[in-house]
Amino acid sequence: MSKESVIPDPVAAGLARGWQVFDGARATADRELTADVVIVGSGAGGGVTAEILALSGLSVVIVEEGALQSSRDFNMREAEAYPKLYQESAARKTRDKGINIFQGRTVGGSTTVNWTSSFRTPPTTLAFWQQHYGLGTYTEADLAPWFEMMEKRLHIADWPAAPNENNDLLRRGAAKLGIPTGVIRRNVNGCWNLGYCGMGCPTNAKQSMLVTTIPSALDHGATLVTRARAERLVLQGDMVQGVVCALLDAPGLRPTGRLLRVRARHTVLAGGAINTPALLLRSQAPDPSGQLGKRTFLHPTLVSAAVFPQRVDGYAGAPQTVYSDHFLHTQAIDGPLGYKLEVPPLHPVLLATTMPGFGREHAAMMRGFPHLQGMLALLRDGFHPESQGGTVGLNADGGAVLDYPLGDPVWEGARRALLTMAEIQFAAGATGVQVAHERAPRYASWAEARAGIAGLPYERHLTRVVSAHVMGGCAMAGAQHDGVTDADGRYRGLANLSVHDGSLFPTSIGANPQLSIYGITARLASDLAMVLTGRPAKRPQAAA
Amino acid sequence: MDTTRRTFLKAGLLSAAVLAVGGGWYRITHPAPPHGFVLDGEARAALGAIVPAILAGALPVAPAERARAIAATTDRVHQAILGLPLGSQQEVQDLFGLLTLAPARRLLTGVAGGWAAAKEADVAAFLQDWRTHRFAVMRTAYAALHDLVLGAWYSDPAHWDAIGFPGPLKELA
Repeated sequence: MSKESVIPDPVAAGLARGWQVFDGARATADRELTADVVIVGSGAGGGVTAEILALSGLSVVIVEEGALQSSRDFNMREAEAYPKLYQESAARKTRDKGINIFQGRTVGGSTTVNWTSSFRTPPTTLAFWQQHYGLGTYTEADLAPWFEMMEKRLHIADWPAAPNENNDLLRRGAAKLGIPTGVIRRNVNGCWNLGYCGMGCPTNAKQSMLVTTIPSALDHGATLVTRARAERLVLQGDMVQGVVCALLDAPGLRPTGRLLRVRARHTVLAGGAINTPALLLRSQAPDPSGQLGKRTFLHPTLVSAAVFPQRVDGYAGAPQTVYSDHFLHTQAIDGPLGYKLEVPPLHPVLLATTMPGFGREHAAMMRGFPHLQGMLALLRDGFHPESQGGTVGLNADGGAVLDYPLGDPVWEGARRALLTMAEIQFAAGATGVQVAHERAPRYASWAEARAGIAGLPYERHLTRVVSAHVMGGCAMAGAQHDGVTDADGRYRGLANLSVHDGSLFPTSIGANPQLSIYGITARLASDLAMVLTGRPAKRPQAAA
Repeated sequence: MDTTRRTFLKAGLLSAAVLAVGGGWYRITHPAPPHGFVLDGEARAALGAIVPAILAGALPVAPAERARAIAATTDRVHQAILGLPLGSQQEVQDLFGLLTLAPARRLLTGVAGGWAAAKEADVAAFLQDWRTHRFAVMRTAYAALHDLVLGAWYSDPAHWDAIGFPGPLKELA
C-alpha cells in the first residue's frame, strides 16, 4: 500500500488540478514573468502575504530557493531531510562558526520544518518597540485581531494531549523548584503525535505554509517558481522594477546558468533575516539609516542533556509542549539577558552532533539515547545595550553570511542558563547532566554541576550555541527613529518595496517567532492589498 | 608522552597559522575541481584514520565488519560533504588538502607516518587537542570532523538498534 493512499498529499492534488508551479531546475531557457507583486520567499511571511494578496485579486509570483517537497517525500529521516529541507544541510553557521543556525530552505521555508510552537509576540517586547523604536501602532490591542485571525487560519490551539516525557520532565523539575511553566500552543490539525516535525510533517497535520497559505494562493492564481534564488533587485531611481533570479540545479547547489526575471508593480522580500538583507546588499539598495543588515538577532540557545533512570524517548511525541518564561522576567528586559526554557526533540543525528566529544564516551552516551532528556535555553538578545546582535554581509561569491560576535552579555547569560537547566534536570530526577560544552564532564549531582558550570570557560566553539530563530536586519521604526523599514514594512529609500519577514523585528522576540511573523505580516499584507487594489483586503479562512 | 607529540603540542601557534593560511596556498597550487569536493587516495586514507577514532566504541569489533563499517561511513561523509554549499565544500577540501601533505600533517596532527599506518590513539590525541585548541581555526576544523563523522554514522538506520532508537513509523517512512 503506498503512503499516498493513507495520507492524501494536498500538494500533489493541487499540481494535478493545474497549479502554476515551475521547477527552476528543469528550465531549459531563461524565463520572464510579470505580476502585480513578486514575493521572494515562501516561508511564514511570504506564505501569508501570498495568500492575502492572491485572495484580494492581485496577480502574484512567488520565488523560492528551495524545492517543492511534500508529505509524499517526507520520510522522517534526518539523512534526507537536512540536505533537502534546510539551508546549508542544517549546518549554516555564523562567520566564525560560533553558532549553528537552523533555517528552512524549501517551499514553506522554516514553517515546513519547525517544531510548531506558537506564541504571540510578548507584550513586554511590544512595549519596548513602542518606547525605543517609535512603533506606536504595535500595541497588544492593535495586534490582537491579526493574531486571532492567523490563529484561526492555522488551527493554532492548546495541545490537548499530555506532554511527552521529554517535555514533562521540564514541567516536573521546574515545579519542584517553584518555577512556573506553561503549555505551548501548536499550529496542527489532526496531529498524530509522532515527533518528526523537524523533517517535514509526514501527515500534513502541521499547518505550515506548505499546506495552508501557499496552496490557497496557488488556487487563486498565484505562480510559484522553485529552485529560483533571488540574485538582485532591478532598481531604477527609487523604484524596484523586479527581481532577477538564478535558477539552480536539482540539488540546489549550482546555478544552471538560466535566469528568471520577474517584473512587478510591487516587490515583497520574505527570504528570512539572513537572505533578505543579503539580497538588498547585493542589489546595492539605498540604506539611508545605515542599519541595513545590522542588529540581527538569533535567540542564542544553550543546550543541556540529562540521563534519567526511566525511558524518556525524546524522539516520540509532539516535540515542544512545555515552556517556562520565568527567567525572562527575573530581571529588567534590558538587563542581564533573560531566557526562555523549552525542550528539543531528540533524534540521532541532531543529538550526536550537538553533544560534545567523540569516541568511547560519546558512544556510551548514545547507547543511553532512550534515557536522555534535552533542554534548551533561548537567550533574549537585542534589549541589553551591549547586546547588538550580528551583521549580515556578503561572501566573495555574493552569498549571505552573518557575523555574530558572542560578547559578554551572551556568555554571562549562557552561564546562568546552563546552571538553571542542570538544576531543573536534577530536580526532575536526573542521574547525570551533560551540558553542551567541550570542557564539561558529565555531572553526577546538582552540587557538582553548580560548581562545574560556574567555572567553565565561556568562549566560542567551546560552549555550543545554536539558533533556529533569525530576526532583524531590516528593522522597522516609527518616523522619528532610525530604521530600515517603516512601521508598515515599507523599505525606506525605495517606493515600491516591502519587507515581510522576521527581519522586520527591531529586537529579538523573546519567543519562537512564527506567530509574530504570521500576525504582523498578515496586517502588513492586508494594508498593502488595500493600497494596491483600492479595496479592503480579503480575509484568509481556514479550510474546513 | 613521546617526543613527536610534545613537538606537535609546542607547534600549536605555527600549526594554526598553517591551517589558516595554508588552505589558501593549497587552493592556489591545487585548483579546485569544478564539480565540488573530491575525496582522493590520501584524503580518503586520512578520513579512514579519523573515522575509527571518532567512532571508537560504536564501530563493530570483528575486523572485516569493522573495515566495512569504516569504508561505508567514509562514503557517507563524502556524500554529506557533496550536499554542502560549494563554499563549504571548498573549506573541507582545503582541510583535507593540508592533511594529505606530509609536512602539514606532521605539524598539524603529530601523525608521523602516512595515514594508513596512523594509530587510533594518536589520531584521538590530535582530535582532543584541536577540540579545545586556543586557536579558533583548529577548533572549527575539529567541529567539522565531529559533525560529519557522527552525523554520517547515526543517520544510518543500520546503527539505530545499538542506541535503542526504533526509527520512524515504518508505514509512513
